[in-house]
Amino acid sequence: MTELNNSELIRLSAAQLAAKLAAREVTSVEVTQAYLDRIALVDGGADGIHAFLHVNAEEALAVAAEVDAIRAAGGAEAEALHELAGVPIAVKDLIVTIGQPTTAGSKILEGWHSPYDATVIKRLRAAKMPILGKTNLDEFAMGSSTEHSAYGPTRNPWDLDRIPGGSGGGSAAAVAAFEAPLALGTDTGGSIRQPGAVTGTVGMKPTYGAVSRYGAIAMASSLDQIGPVSRTVLDSALLQEVIGGHDPFDSTSLTDPFDTLVAAAKTGNVTGMKIGIIKELHGEGYQAGVENRFNESLELLKEAGAEIVEVSCPNFKYALGAYYLIMPSEVSSNLAKFDGVRYGLRVLPEDGPMTIERVMAATRAAGFGDEVKRRIILGTYALSAGYYDAYYGSAQKVRTLIQRDFDAAFAQADVLISPTAPTTAFKLGEKLDDPLAMYLNDVATIPANMAGIPGLSLPGGLADEDGLPVGIQLLAPAREDARLYRVGAVLESLLEEKWGGPLLDRAPVLGSSSTIAGGSN
Amino acid sequence: MAAINRDDVAHLARLAHIEMSAEELDRMAGELAVIVDSVKSVSEAAGDDVPATSHPIPLSNVFREDVVGHTFTAEQALSGAPDSFEGRFKVPAILDED
Repeated sequence: MTELNNSELIRLSAAQLAAKLAAREVTSVEVTQAYLDRIALVDGGADGIHAFLHVNAEEALAVAAEVDAIRAAGGAEAEALHELAGVPIAVKDLIVTIGQPTTAGSKILEGWHSPYDATVIKRLRAAKMPILGKTNLDEFAMGSSTEHSAYGPTRNPWDLDRIPGGSGGGSAAAVAAFEAPLALGTDTGGSIRQPGAVTGTVGMKPTYGAVSRYGAIAMASSLDQIGPVSRTVLDSALLQEVIGGHDPFDSTSLTDPFDTLVAAAKTGNVTGMKIGIIKELHGEGYQAGVENRFNESLELLKEAGAEIVEVSCPNFKYALGAYYLIMPSEVSSNLAKFDGVRYGLRVLPEDGPMTIERVMAATRAAGFGDEVKRRIILGTYALSAGYYDAYYGSAQKVRTLIQRDFDAAFAQADVLISPTAPTTAFKLGEKLDDPLAMYLNDVATIPANMAGIPGLSLPGGLADEDGLPVGIQLLAPAREDARLYRVGAVLESLLEEKWGGPLLDRAPVLGSSSTIAGGSN
Repeated sequence: MAAINRDDVAHLARLAHIEMSAEELDRMAGELAVIVDSVKSVSEAAGDDVPATSHPIPLSNVFREDVVGHTFTAEQALSGAPDSFEGRFKVPAILDED
């Protein structure tokens, strides 16, 4: 039996943990407790990461103990355990869970408990994966920095004064800080991939409909997608196979099986594959260090036998604008349900008649943060009589143009490649007063949501000028998620060979004596 | 396309049922004007011959059997409500008293 101390244990990938659990070299209780200890060490206090809004220790340990008992007893039940049984996971607090609060990062849902589990949660429970807790996010997933959480920002483990990306900064930071081996995120315009890029982790937005959205609190229904967050490409493939597949509770769920993802991640070659550089998604407006790491990845793929071609997507210049019409329009409709009647906060007006409309207006004024209000107002504007055709209608046409651009690009290339974000992590507070500057961070990730295609971000190294992580984005046609895992895993192994180990080995050590131990709640 | 001003924002906030202070209206009007200005090129991007896409992956006729599935009990449905009475959501007056 290999003896591992806890700091070694928490650095293993999910696949490595799964193998050690199956071989009974460690127990799930030991693994789960090691992560809970890590959360206690690095998440709380003034300098803590603050990735978690809620820690679910008791339930997680109970599930872990159950898996351990089944393994110890052996027999058919042990044989039937899922490969990831006993491997813990963190969940973005936009996804509803029985037994834990779900806040969506908003005051309007403070203290609310869902009476049902999201489909992805049911699948985690069926696989007997202990849920460590719920992770921080920009309120209702609206933001690129996690600063728009009503419960305070999450810090980037690479530099505590910088943002961990958003909206899923909590999930990405938890995985980057070794507080969890895996996490769930949601991606509407880049909220899985951009946090992955700036924290040196892997994030996958599956094809729209490849993973059920049932139980993900809706932001923009035609763009939202749940997906995996991890430290390796293989781990994301393993997790997508757990949570994916058809769900009758989501009428947009695809019936395709998506069951070759793990095999694709293990393919190990890209020989003869055509990889397309999107002319519009690099160069001007991209930080020099990002561009350098991007070019380095291209060289590695070329050396591995891939053919690099250049493609052009001329309509991408309209993507950000169209996104900021479609998304808020859907937001204004989806968030109408937070009215102080059926769940969450109710605030009574200070004076005047106590009518339901005035109670709603007072509740929504007190319960929503600025970014949410901005988007609701913008969406209400874009959908209003007289503006509908010019705004929402035009934006939907742009969506068609973006799909056509992708169709033409994929006629020339098997996968497309770009930097995930134009810059490395910016400083906390830097873009709080300039919403438009924050929106620009999603310029490379938004087109995939507009077209419903899958996108994977993996670590591409550190930018020379600031030593912060850079993300490489891979894109494939709809339903071809497997291609991303294949190319992603090959690029990851080439890069790690070059670095002499995982990128996160170079992240600063957290949990020094100055950090106050204790949960974030 | 028209610019967005403070009165527009006040009207939209009423439609969206969000109470806003005078200071908030001023700030929001300024911020939204910048955003609206940045998205206006979208209306000139596509011609009349381009169809709209409302959903990224075409699906049609998604049906299920017309049978009653899982439903919440009244207690579950009311579990997160700010106020309830005799198994129902309790709300303030629907109509103005005056």
